[in-house]
Amino acid sequence: MISIQGKGVSTGVAIGPLYFYQRAKSTIDRKTVKDTAAEWERFKAAQAKAVEQLGELAEKARREAGDSAALLFETHQMMAEDLDYEESIQGLIQDENLNAEAAVSDTAAQFAEMFASMDDPYMQARAADVKDVSSRIVAVLTGAIQGGIDSSVPVILIADDLAPSETVQLDKSKILGFITEGGSGSSHTAILARTMGIPAIIGVGKQVKPECAGHEVIIDGAKGEIIIDADPATRNVMLGKIEEQKKNREMLERLKGKPNVTKDGQSIRIYCNIGSPDDVAPVLGNDAGGIGLFRSEFLYLNCDDYPSEDYQFEAYKKVLSDMEGREVVIRTLDIGADKQIGYFNLPKEENPAMGNRALRICLNRPEVFHTQLRALYRASAYGKLLIMFPMVTSVWEVREAKKMCERVKKELSEEGIPYSEDVEIGIMIETPAAAVMSDRLAKEVDFFSCGTNDLTQYTLACDRQNADLGRFFNPHHPAVLRLLKMVCDNAHKNGIWVGICGELGADLTLTDTFLSIGIDELSVSPRAVLPLRQKVRETTVAKVRNKVLEDLLSDENSI
Amino acid sequence: MKTFEYTIKDPVGIHARPAGMLVKEIKKYASTVTISKGEKSVNALKLMALMGMGIKQGDTVKVTVEGADEDTAAAEIEAFFKANL
Repeated sequence: MISIQGKGVSTGVAIGPLYFYQRAKSTIDRKTVKDTAAEWERFKAAQAKAVEQLGELAEKARREAGDSAALLFETHQMMAEDLDYEESIQGLIQDENLNAEAAVSDTAAQFAEMFASMDDPYMQARAADVKDVSSRIVAVLTGAIQGGIDSSVPVILIADDLAPSETVQLDKSKILGFITEGGSGSSHTAILARTMGIPAIIGVGKQVKPECAGHEVIIDGAKGEIIIDADPATRNVMLGKIEEQKKNREMLERLKGKPNVTKDGQSIRIYCNIGSPDDVAPVLGNDAGGIGLFRSEFLYLNCDDYPSEDYQFEAYKKVLSDMEGREVVIRTLDIGADKQIGYFNLPKEENPAMGNRALRICLNRPEVFHTQLRALYRASAYGKLLIMFPMVTSVWEVREAKKMCERVKKELSEEGIPYSEDVEIGIMIETPAAAVMSDRLAKEVDFFSCGTNDLTQYTLACDRQNADLGRFFNPHHPAVLRLLKMVCDNAHKNGIWVGICGELGADLTLTDTFLSIGIDELSVSPRAVLPLRQKVRETTVAKVRNKVLEDLLSDENSI
Repeated sequence: MKTFEYTIKDPVGIHARPAGMLVKEIKKYASTVTISKGEKSVNALKLMALMGMGIKQGDTVKVTVEGADEDTAAAEIEAFFKANL
């Protein structure tokens, strides 16, 4: 039995085989082959497999977002079977005795070069398509796995760390829990695990040895404990915990359909954070009242090129109609910082968290923003949409963004396309500037939603991705809580509502605080909804309010 | 042999997705379809070569359709250009 301690970032206990995430190699081997006919056959087989995979992706995209979404993958299929492309690969294999991997890679480079040298920036970006198709074929040739998991049974996945673009491609039905070598509590793996309601442990370094692959592992997300090949006694204890977890879940099930009201009658809305239209099922399954944060980035991360208006419209429409008239807050594109997308061609930055990101990119690239807002307003006819802008620091940014909304509405009216007239517009409060200016910002919008992960990072000047800063990164810091109270007071003075959509919303040790300062809505991961409802229903705000407000200012808590 | 000329109206020209759609359309017919712009011409089934021509909004292309079903193919492909490009 091997015991390893990491940092638990998503609770729960899970048992299953340990599986190392398979990432495609970035370098390929160059070899000379003798049997060129056999090598050509290897290529043809890999090409057929890649075309088949792309066909599956096209069908998946068609089901989720319609024909226009599928077309990208169909175009990739055509590229994989393109006659000139094939001819070039055949030439390299037959005339230069090159192995298939190197022949594909060289051909990709040559075609990518052709696109990159064109004078049109749009065509230059097509180089990425050729490379993407080619790396798929190379992955088949080398036996690397698209989507990272090749197992018939669900596994406990271990990776060094997962990039956002990698997490969106994971086959979620195959994952029982996550272990990462690096990472932090607000990393994307942690967020994904909480949305899926499965345990995750991070920061284990190189303690889990590759030879443990396939061995039975038990992880306890609450304790951050990893046990490989547990002895029978330990195994029984852990199986008991899994059983207990099931019972607890059943108890929470009984809270479904009950209101989120405190003992003394104060209500709070409990909504969910989601990252893709697939996440609507757990939202409804956990009886949440709405969606408080739909991260629209996934649409962009999932594509190899700017997603079209129709593609986005279909995805937003799906979420809005699946939520059947419940409120859905969709946050406009929030990339930059830790979420990079190749085709945006953003220059590398020294300090990306404070760089060109989120609303800043949208205001600097109005055409990207315009497309997204058109898709959003068109979708607004199918449910109750609220639009939220991320990373605001100044009133003028909000005014400029609202101006774009007005332009889009005017265009749609002129084109006779239906949209809803009562789409509320709100902003994220995630910079100290926005919190401090919240009295002025409140006059511009219909609601605020506090992004506590970034608000903590910026207020404390403390990088949330840096595992070494653990004890300095304290979301309970009085500076953060005082800012939240200030935002709340300013919102209510101006008659608008305020929510929290960061991880802090689900922190049950702060529920008293949030109820006392008057937060109107908490948006949390789906499985946090019922525990939070239970906590709210057990609270009497009148009994805790004075202490909470005193604590915010007390000497003891200001250390 | 049938030919027609068409001036591209799509603001981004024949880029990846429209090119993909075009290849898909042309695959429906037995005829060989050639697209020419100025001196350059390509077999319209060759997606990457087609994209490589960098056909932009305002460019006029000549489309040649040759084969057993050239009459229907030319009419349908011309309709496709008008609707999508």
